[in-house]
Amino acid sequence: MIDVAVVGFAQSPCLPSAGTTSGVELLVPVFQEVLASTGLAKQDIDFWCSGSSDYLAGRAFSFVNAVDAIGAYPPVAESHVEMDAAWALYEAYVKLLTGEARTALVYGFGKSSAGQLRRVLALQLDPYLHAPLWPDSVSIAALQARAGLDAGRYTEREMAEVAARSRTAALGNPKAQVSGTDTADDLLAAPYVADPLRAHDCAPVGDGAAAVVLAAGDEARRLRARPAWITGFAHNVDSPALGVRDLTSVPSASAAATAAGLRGDEVDAVELHAPFSHQEILLATALGLGDAVRVNPSGGVLCGNPMFSAGLSRIGLAAEHVMSGRADRVAGHATSGPALQQNLVCVMEGA
Amino acid sequence: MEIGFDYTRSLGPVLSRFMTALAERRILGCRGSDGRVHAPPLEYDPVTYAPLTELVEVGPAGTVVTWTWLDRPLDGQPLDRPFGWALIRLDGADTAMLHAVDAGTKDQMRTGMRVQVRWAPEPVGHIRDVACFEPIGGAAPASPRSGVDPVTMVTTPIHLRYRHTTSIEESRYLRGLAEGKLIGQRCPACGKVYVPPRGACPTCGVPTVDDVELPDRGTVTTFCVVNVPFPGQRIPPPYVVAYVLLDGADIPMQHLILGCRPDEVRMGMRVAAVWRPREQWGTTPQNIDHFQPSGEPDAPFDSYAQHL
Amino acid sequence: MNRAAVLGTGQTEHRTRRTDVSMAGLCREAIDRALADAGTDWSDVDAVVLGKAPDLFEGVMMPELFLADALGATGRPLLRVHTAGSVGGSTAIVASQLVQAGVHRRVLAVAFEKQSESNAMWALSIQPPFTMPVGAGAGGYFAPHIRSYIRRSGAPPHVGAMVAVKDRRNGALNPYAHLRQPDITLESVNASPMLWDPIRYDETCPSSDGACAIVIGDEAAAEASDRQVAWIHATAMRTEPTYFAGKDHVNPRAGYEASRALWRAAGIIDPLEQIDAAEIYVPFSWFEPMWLENLGFAAPGEGWKLTEAGETGIDGALPVNPSGGVMCSNPIGASGLLRFAEAAMQVMGRAGEHQVEGARTALGHAYGGGSQFFAMWVVGTAPV
Repeated sequence: MIDVAVVGFAQSPCLPSAGTTSGVELLVPVFQEVLASTGLAKQDIDFWCSGSSDYLAGRAFSFVNAVDAIGAYPPVAESHVEMDAAWALYEAYVKLLTGEARTALVYGFGKSSAGQLRRVLALQLDPYLHAPLWPDSVSIAALQARAGLDAGRYTEREMAEVAARSRTAALGNPKAQVSGTDTADDLLAAPYVADPLRAHDCAPVGDGAAAVVLAAGDEARRLRARPAWITGFAHNVDSPALGVRDLTSVPSASAAATAAGLRGDEVDAVELHAPFSHQEILLATALGLGDAVRVNPSGGVLCGNPMFSAGLSRIGLAAEHVMSGRADRVAGHATSGPALQQNLVCVMEGA
Repeated sequence: MEIGFDYTRSLGPVLSRFMTALAERRILGCRGSDGRVHAPPLEYDPVTYAPLTELVEVGPAGTVVTWTWLDRPLDGQPLDRPFGWALIRLDGADTAMLHAVDAGTKDQMRTGMRVQVRWAPEPVGHIRDVACFEPIGGAAPASPRSGVDPVTMVTTPIHLRYRHTTSIEESRYLRGLAEGKLIGQRCPACGKVYVPPRGACPTCGVPTVDDVELPDRGTVTTFCVVNVPFPGQRIPPPYVVAYVLLDGADIPMQHLILGCRPDEVRMGMRVAAVWRPREQWGTTPQNIDHFQPSGEPDAPFDSYAQHL
Repeated sequence: MNRAAVLGTGQTEHRTRRTDVSMAGLCREAIDRALADAGTDWSDVDAVVLGKAPDLFEGVMMPELFLADALGATGRPLLRVHTAGSVGGSTAIVASQLVQAGVHRRVLAVAFEKQSESNAMWALSIQPPFTMPVGAGAGGYFAPHIRSYIRRSGAPPHVGAMVAVKDRRNGALNPYAHLRQPDITLESVNASPMLWDPIRYDETCPSSDGACAIVIGDEAAAEASDRQVAWIHATAMRTEPTYFAGKDHVNPRAGYEASRALWRAAGIIDPLEQIDAAEIYVPFSWFEPMWLENLGFAAPGEGWKLTEAGETGIDGALPVNPSGGVMCSNPIGASGLLRFAEAAMQVMGRAGEHQVEGARTALGHAYGGGSQFFAMWVVGTAPV
């Protein structure tokens, strides 16, 4: 059995607008930073894998230009998923498990600001029955939020408390797009964007990029004093039928957590990919997180959600807690699709 | 820039019957593997993945399961005034349907409210034949009709707007063009001259930096003759699209070759840029209208063989 | 690394417009056939990998999400791969690695394209407003490189037409092929319109709706199968940038290096001798001789000689695209997986009328983008 660890992480700042749709401008410094932090050169990377979206960029084959940022000549072993780069990390993890590669650099990028994100994401819905109505992504999340309220899973105040805690935490995160000291009372005074969601309940639209370096076995030990060893990594997807799903539970997140061996009372910190405040509460339940677990010490994606790299960054941020010695056992989570349809969990340990 | 296309979607047997029924002002659901009725119908069961082919009619009215309210509707949505989105469990169905509710004001919306379909004036067999739902209380929905031809296709226009930004290197190039100059840049690592300059040299992964002004003439490395008409062409075929290696550059650029017959163009031919009139110049590559033969002797194959 | 094998394959009838099915129905036609061929039902499938080319072709962002029930992925791991034209090949490789890594026992790989939902020429022409719109069109990208190949190799002009004749006649033996032209001749190809000189109409691939699916299993699953499986001997993927100073479009280094890594991993010393059938991604007929050289079946400049001598025919020394290949069916996202599946069908002895006699080792190959993404595998009748 081959052991695989996260040994490096870098991300660009989350900004309302940055770079071009090619991703190159954001990726070049991120690659330099993550390679420098591990002491690797690009020639030392056995496998590259990325996640991005053509619809975010508004054109076909948008990921092709990003290959320029690698400097991919001589040619490299490389692959791409049309998903958040957290799933690219999964593909790279599997590659390392086969033994065909000992190091991998995984990256994600997206310029959400190029189009109108709420409308673009409507194209993830069924193209015959739903997408022709252009139900925007915030409204879909709001339908889920109300279902949870009606079911008594949380209150609007508890949603605001998630946002307030996230913003306060983000004060310590220089990469965050949003931060602040507003209390839940302050936030509840704001108008609705899509009842019951207020602006603070929704992740800001922003651009960014991120990269994670994986290494296997002794290579990981050589590169880091304290690699973040991956002890479980799994993902799962729910039905797309919104009217059939119970929107107040997240079976695919629970299934991924179980398959990844996540024990919610034994992790020190978790970074959840919850683009809407109520989703953090639903996910904490689905993952069975105990009360002592620190959730989103980075401020989470409510404070910066660069599409297609934000999920990867959750894992990178969680790994940093282990690599720095601040935590022994952590988990990173990523989501994709309408109303938490698809979920991924990566559990990491220091020893 | 706007990206728009009217997609033509074939429906297959289940959705075809659903859309045909809509054109008749009826709503069909399907029976799932577990016996539940799903409206709108699912093509495949979410648990057993079996094809679901038993269609059953459900009612034109139903109950709101969850909802939200939009004060500012977005382009393409069913209503252009404030409205509610809702998941609606139609009478006779066990699961819910996503659609808009025209409730007038938000305080009319609540979970559990009863709503009924409002049909579009001229149903054609499309999900938008359901104009929206409305609170029960007014006139009953228009009656079903018959004699509708089977609907097998739907057309879905998708129009999105994107704002593209230039990189620093592209801006440098485009500003040069506005002054009638071709500005390339040299990669600091490999020394190759790129035109247009790049945010990352593709072989080295670092931005190109040092400006190199290039002449507006060069060599045709290779080319093709376009004989096929297709949408969006600037000029009628036949015409030549060639790779032109500007003198001093290490990478060719694709451009049109005019000013001679297509069958006179050859690999190694020397060409010069033909600029548009200066008053038409902007920060755009289209300042150069095309290239044409310069009359110089052909370049030897070896001089461009590495730049094919 | 654990052993893995193709247990079964399935594909749709490929057509210009499959207006009889939805996207879900198109995928299921291939999936249901693959599961039946593998003797597997849904309870045995551990994960699903979907491959597809640009989402703008169908106007659905990440269609695997809305297709999850149809793909049998709900409640399971689902991955979506996109590596341009090579994506079908990459999809098979990602699926096989899930088994080789010991993560899963059986994985379903699916790829599809429903080109008739829009217009690929339109979707591919969308560029940011800062580039020069030269109006080259789909073939205009590749035609100049074919001209370079002809110049460099000295190949006679009829080689492209010979490939077209061979592939279309092979396609006539394949019940799933989109174009089936048993009566095509060199004369008829040469009489077809010159689209992007030097490419004639009959030397280009069609635009198709279609899907392909395969089931990959581990050693135990393969041994439990009562039918012949296709053992995966080796896989390789390589990428280079689209366009850079010194790029060789005729013999791209990424393809060269991928094939050399592939042969090494599969224990193949002389590919021309040891490969019994090759399914190579040939969207324009001239790419057959180019890729024969790139893959090491012939020395640079010599590939056309194999073609001209008839050695790439179905009874030649190296049958290339006995299925008819991309020249006969081109559902873009699925085209690569079709190459990989057809290679497997050959070594499983299940290729029907286009079966290559005695095929024991076969190559599946795909490429995409500006001849920059390469994916390939070698499969065989026996495990290595």
